Amino acid sequence: MLESVLITIATAATPLLIAAVGELVVERSGVLNLGVEGMMIMGAITGFAVAIVTGSAWIGVLGAILVGAAFALLFGFLTLSLVTNQVATGLALTLFGLGLSGMIGEGFVGRPGVKLGQVDIPFLSDLPHVGRLLFGQDPLFYVSLLLTAGVAYFLFSTRAGLTLRAVGDNHDSAHAQGINVVAVRYLAVMFGGACAGLAGAYLSLVYTPQWVENMTAGRGWIALALVVFASWRPWRVLAGAYLFGGVTIGQLHAQALGVAIPSQLLSALPYLATIAVLVIISRNRRLTMMNTPASLGRPFVPER
Amino acid sequence: MRIELVKRPQQSALFSILSPFLALALTLAAGAVMFFLLGKNPVTALYYFFVDPLLEVWSLHELAVKAAPLILIAVGLSVCFLSKNWNIGAEGQFIIGAVAGSILPVVFPGLQSWIVLPLMLLMGIAGGAAYAAIPAVLKARFNTNEILTSLMLVYVAQLFLDWLVRGPWRNPEGFNFPETRNFHAYAVLPEILPASGRAHWGFVFAMVAALVLWFVLSRTLKGFEVKVIGQSPRAGRFAGFSSGRMVIFAFLVSGALAGLAGISEVSGAIGQLRPSISPGYGFTAIIVAFLGRLNPLGIIAAGLVLALSYLGGEAAQISIGVSDKVARAFQGMLLFFVLACDTLIHYRIRLVRTARMDAKGAQAGHA
Amino acid sequence: MPTTLENRASALLEVRGLTKLFGTLKACDGIDLTIGRGEIHALLGENGAGKSTFVKMLFGALEPAAGTIRWKGEEVSITSPGEARRLGIGMVFQHFSLFDALTAAENIMLSLDDSAPPGAVAARARELSQAYGLPLDPHAHVGDLSVGERQRIEIIRTLLQNPDLVILDEPTSVLTPQEADRLFKTLETLKAEGRSILYISHRLEEVKRICDKATVLRQGRVVAHCDPGQETAASLARMMVGDEVQPVVREKPGPAGETLLEVRGLSRKAAHPFAVTLHDISLAVQAGEVLGIAGVAGNGQSEFFEAVSGEVLQERADTVRIRGRDAGRLDISGRRLMGAAFVPEERLGHAAAPAMTLSQNLLLSRYRTDARAFLSRFGFIRTPALAAAARRIVAAMDVRKSGEDPEANALSGGNLQKFVIGRELDRAPMVMVVNQPTWGVDAGAAARIRQALIDLAKAGSAVLVISQDLDELFEICDAIAVMHHGRLSAPMPIAQATYEKVGLLMGGAAPEAASEPVLEAV
Repeated sequence: MLESVLITIATAATPLLIAAVGELVVERSGVLNLGVEGMMIMGAITGFAVAIVTGSAWIGVLGAILVGAAFALLFGFLTLSLVTNQVATGLALTLFGLGLSGMIGEGFVGRPGVKLGQVDIPFLSDLPHVGRLLFGQDPLFYVSLLLTAGVAYFLFSTRAGLTLRAVGDNHDSAHAQGINVVAVRYLAVMFGGACAGLAGAYLSLVYTPQWVENMTAGRGWIALALVVFASWRPWRVLAGAYLFGGVTIGQLHAQALGVAIPSQLLSALPYLATIAVLVIISRNRRLTMMNTPASLGRPFVPER
Repeated sequence: MRIELVKRPQQSALFSILSPFLALALTLAAGAVMFFLLGKNPVTALYYFFVDPLLEVWSLHELAVKAAPLILIAVGLSVCFLSKNWNIGAEGQFIIGAVAGSILPVVFPGLQSWIVLPLMLLMGIAGGAAYAAIPAVLKARFNTNEILTSLMLVYVAQLFLDWLVRGPWRNPEGFNFPETRNFHAYAVLPEILPASGRAHWGFVFAMVAALVLWFVLSRTLKGFEVKVIGQSPRAGRFAGFSSGRMVIFAFLVSGALAGLAGISEVSGAIGQLRPSISPGYGFTAIIVAFLGRLNPLGIIAAGLVLALSYLGGEAAQISIGVSDKVARAFQGMLLFFVLACDTLIHYRIRLVRTARMDAKGAQAGHA
Repeated sequence: MPTTLENRASALLEVRGLTKLFGTLKACDGIDLTIGRGEIHALLGENGAGKSTFVKMLFGALEPAAGTIRWKGEEVSITSPGEARRLGIGMVFQHFSLFDALTAAENIMLSLDDSAPPGAVAARARELSQAYGLPLDPHAHVGDLSVGERQRIEIIRTLLQNPDLVILDEPTSVLTPQEADRLFKTLETLKAEGRSILYISHRLEEVKRICDKATVLRQGRVVAHCDPGQETAASLARMMVGDEVQPVVREKPGPAGETLLEVRGLSRKAAHPFAVTLHDISLAVQAGEVLGIAGVAGNGQSEFFEAVSGEVLQERADTVRIRGRDAGRLDISGRRLMGAAFVPEERLGHAAAPAMTLSQNLLLSRYRTDARAFLSRFGFIRTPALAAAARRIVAAMDVRKSGEDPEANALSGGNLQKFVIGRELDRAPMVMVVNQPTWGVDAGAAARIRQALIDLAKAGSAVLVISQDLDELFEICDAIAVMHHGRLSAPMPIAQATYEKVGLLMGGAAPEAASEPVLEAV
């Protein structure tokens, strides 16, 4: 019982984790992309549609990643090359993604999807209590953990990661040092988009293998909140994602058990929890200021 | 080949007028391509989308019905966005305004008097403002990111409405449909010209709100304060303006107007509460606000354009069989083009051929 | 870049006709300059003369529109700072190009082109810092360091690349006189090693002292090549400015008037991680007096300005008193209504909103004090009255602008500064508090602003000037106090103040030590 609850928590947490780790890299480079929700829903529909058309969930995943990155490229072109307002452009990306996915998805409503198979490591997955949790989950679960570890290593132990953090801290200094600020940010933004696309594919190929309009239901926004909650640190994103996974699954179980609380209130819990967590974390202005990448959201026009 | 932006010494007056039109033109062009890809004749499709709805009087009334909430919400948002308060939860404030305003006709249907309607409007305004006050207070007091909190509250408001109409407020004579009882005659916002169509007084409210806010923003000290704090918070503090109070002010104004839009929509266009009372007006109004360049007069025009895209979506579905979801994709695309074209107000755009430096490498093509 | 015997004898750097345009403005117009090996070459010019633009082109940070650069005898095209470093050109920026959130070692690593492991970089940095007498902690976060320490990181970062030419952009503007002396020693060492230095400054005395050659720029053009040792400070100034700058006239201080501005025991906790805590600051400025506050940047001046101006309120009302009345609980508008006026350090974004017009920026600081003139009922703005007042200020301060009512953005630094000072003077305030009145301003504008402040005091107002520029303070003040680490020294009457005494206090020496004869401090 406990093991199966933990597994469902992992399923709820994984898309949040993937999207949030991607956005973390974007924000560490000094760019605020509020379009996570839009890229995620585009990932969801692309993954679903491509999987149905090709019959392969993996090709669906690949398609979702590419579409997420392509959407991010659009965002990058506007905010980095045309220096548009990042907040407004991110909103545009979300609105466009929600609209376009609804349009594309119309023919796919109600069709059975393709589910991404589970990893099943012989013997290990049969271990009592932890076998299925650790060795018998869907492949993207492992990808999400590797992604977190990889991003943590990249940011704090590689030269390229140092460059990325420098760009996010002070783009004028970075430019003066000869770092190509815009190029670094393009790469970061596209990485974030690829992650958001992947997270979307997780929803439509693993979490609930079907297409429902607006099926991301604010997860892209929660991922954005997680980055703030985690003070821009990868392992804390992981902790936060599992906390939210826990809240989501907890309320689903409560609904299933028929707790005498309106189901709508339970459904609202993840959103209310997000607000609560944001309030708690941002109360400490000092800490927020220390952790926030100093160039976050600021426009940059290179002088040549 | 790369793009180089050259800062203009002053904002370009020409492009600040031209840019919304340029964005519309680009959106139409992109829309034509989209229809072509969908296998439709672009000309016919665009005709049904953007011209056909304007040809009949009843249809113009529908345009006003759809434009009213968009304009009301967007002029409120212009105060927020000009002061750099990112209220993106207008959809939630719209819903809570509608709910608060519906208390009288739904809970006290026996109260039948001319006073009901004004009270409903006031309660709607108060409800929207109160709901907007939550992210505002959290931002002013705890420095909490208002983008995320205001958005989260949209989902909460939608769930709250859903609970109400399925639970305590469900119509006892409604065969278990998830909707409230129909509003009685005293609770219905009258139509402006009942003989010719459905347009209700919400559209008048929108015009009045836009004119008043245009005046406040362009002619008064308060408007100056809004703009100074938005453009340069430190200069605002030097002036003696409080950015904390501005957060509250901006959110209350936009929440109140979104609430008014909500109750006007429910009382004027729908006549009862249902699980879903808005086709995303609160979000589309963000596009309206930017297309109107955050100027209330511009927002009137922009609101009509976006309302047309809703109508066009419905019309095109019937006449040429494309999904009405196309309208949403159109709207999102429009915002992209608006933002991109606004770049021209502040910068000249040059296309530079080579990245290598040589003496005359900078071949310029002005845009 | 191979070096052959023939060109080793020739100049290290030869620049011919270097030109840079910003829009229609010729920031650099056909600049010629030659630097020999082991030479300290001064680049002189006023703010806005094109010095920074010129060196940014040498460092590959800006792209020239025309002209040639010959390096060690061969024509080169310097496309990026990385390219400049590979050639052997290093640069120490005026507004340091450092990353606050990173450590000193990480900052250094970022400018090295090979990816040496962090440990090795730290060790090499420590080695160099000892060799050149520039103490440095590689693991400190740059955000926590003083300006002087930051400059050391920049210099060490540059030296790690073993450059043949080091460019220093206004290096002493952020240092105490004693710190500057130490920097000059480091420069002498570098010269002795055969390295060349391009030294940008507008401080003529130090240029005369350490530089072998000088090139003078004015409005983007070379106006002279000379030997600074053969020139006087006055002749160099004439070359820079083009004509005589009116000397500032100051009379002997009169008898002390009544106290118009008083600060009593002002303490303030740092509001954010990189802010300075203020400790128990007290001062009094009398009618007719100009009091100066000297100090190296980042020692609490901005925090003090915010507290005195009322941008931040005090806990107790009597901590700040204006014209004999408590003002500590009043906001900036309340203090303005009591007759005080304030000019902060940043022109764009603090004193003025960049994208607003001059008349709108006039309203910014005067909508309360001049409500009757500029506003009618219900807060409607009286645009014609504002425009007239803006014209009056523009005329009084000789603000040069294009267009009738341009955006603040569109003005040069000096002209905008004249406007924001004039905006307050136009009210004839009884108390005037100015932070960095002439920072980054050309000589003509600076003289005009300084004279205006003196005249204001002469007319019976109290003037408090916060500045990093000691020359300026000695020119206009009746007394100077020094701010260091959020504490303020007792004011020294100008007759007793010397550069050395003030400099020692700026470096953190105890007040007693400053009056002793001192050897090498710190």
